[in-house]
Amino acid sequence: MTKSVDSAPAPARTEEEVQAWVGVSLDAGFGDVVAQQGYVLHWNEAVENANPLYWDDDVAKELVGDPIAPPTMLSVWMRPLMFRPGRTEIIRPLELHFRLKDAFELPKGIVASNDITFGEPVRLGDRVRTVQSVRSVSPIKTIRLGTGRFWTVDVTYTNQRDEVVAVESYDFFCYV
Amino acid sequence: MTSATAVVLTGTQVAVGDTLPELRVDVTPRTVVMGASSSRDWQPQHHDHRHCVDVANLPDIFLNTPNQAGFIERYLTDWGGPHCRIGKLGFRMKRTVVPGNTMVFNATVTGVTGDADVTWVDLEVALTVDDALATGCTARVALPTTSTDNPWQRRGSAWTP
Repeated sequence: MTKSVDSAPAPARTEEEVQAWVGVSLDAGFGDVVAQQGYVLHWNEAVENANPLYWDDDVAKELVGDPIAPPTMLSVWMRPLMFRPGRTEIIRPLELHFRLKDAFELPKGIVASNDITFGEPVRLGDRVRTVQSVRSVSPIKTIRLGTGRFWTVDVTYTNQRDEVVAVESYDFFCYV
Repeated sequence: MTSATAVVLTGTQVAVGDTLPELRVDVTPRTVVMGASSSRDWQPQHHDHRHCVDVANLPDIFLNTPNQAGFIERYLTDWGGPHCRIGKLGFRMKRTVVPGNTMVFNATVTGVTGDADVTWVDLEVALTVDDALATGCTARVALPTTSTDNPWQRRGSAWTP
């Protein structure tokens, strides 16, 4: 049975407590930002992407039916705003990963690998929701960076029509 | 239906072993910070030089993963054109990319699979700096099989990268 993050174990010091995190999921809900042209133009500017699909609405309408965002902009739509009126709590992108770092007391971390399978394109005006889950956590390992654990977090992105936009997995190594 | 937007590359024009034209990009602090800004990633290692050097024991600010993904998408669609639809990307990060580096992108076609109106093309993409691999990437893209096909018309369960 899938466990939600609310029922996730507290600081994990035994191997059994660590492995209890496998299968834990977190529904992060919809991101703060609606897919929009300003962000797309800034993205195109940063990577000098001249693809007319992302510059010319007529091309986008002809090929896809609507203006869309480049697929690799995926994470833009799920990151929380740094400021929002009335918000007092800190919201972190990939919150489940940070909960693992906290629980295992491994403050440093790197992304070792990242795999994305793209689904329906993100259309301008769409909002993207993420559900994150822990697929695996390794035993303690020592590598060049330090001593810690590898773990894999899967993220499913859906739009407001409940269509799958992408499925992504991150392999992290976090260490002291 | 004939498309008004010209097809740049069809699946029938691609074979295993084909290589893509090399792309070189000089990396400046602006490249790194604009990459972080455009991906809305305000982790300090992507904009704060003093944090990197004094706190994180890193040599400099470095390019984030979404920005590298964006460069690779751009590299692939520069080659395949607007009908080229990205299906899968897999990244293996080996070393950081920092200001002063020149990113060199190369790619080789490793698989070509016909699927009616779509041709799936698998590629190995290498982002190197000073001849050392910084990021390795496997990619699967959909090309139109003929000049009248359009992978973007695949919807729902018909889209199977």
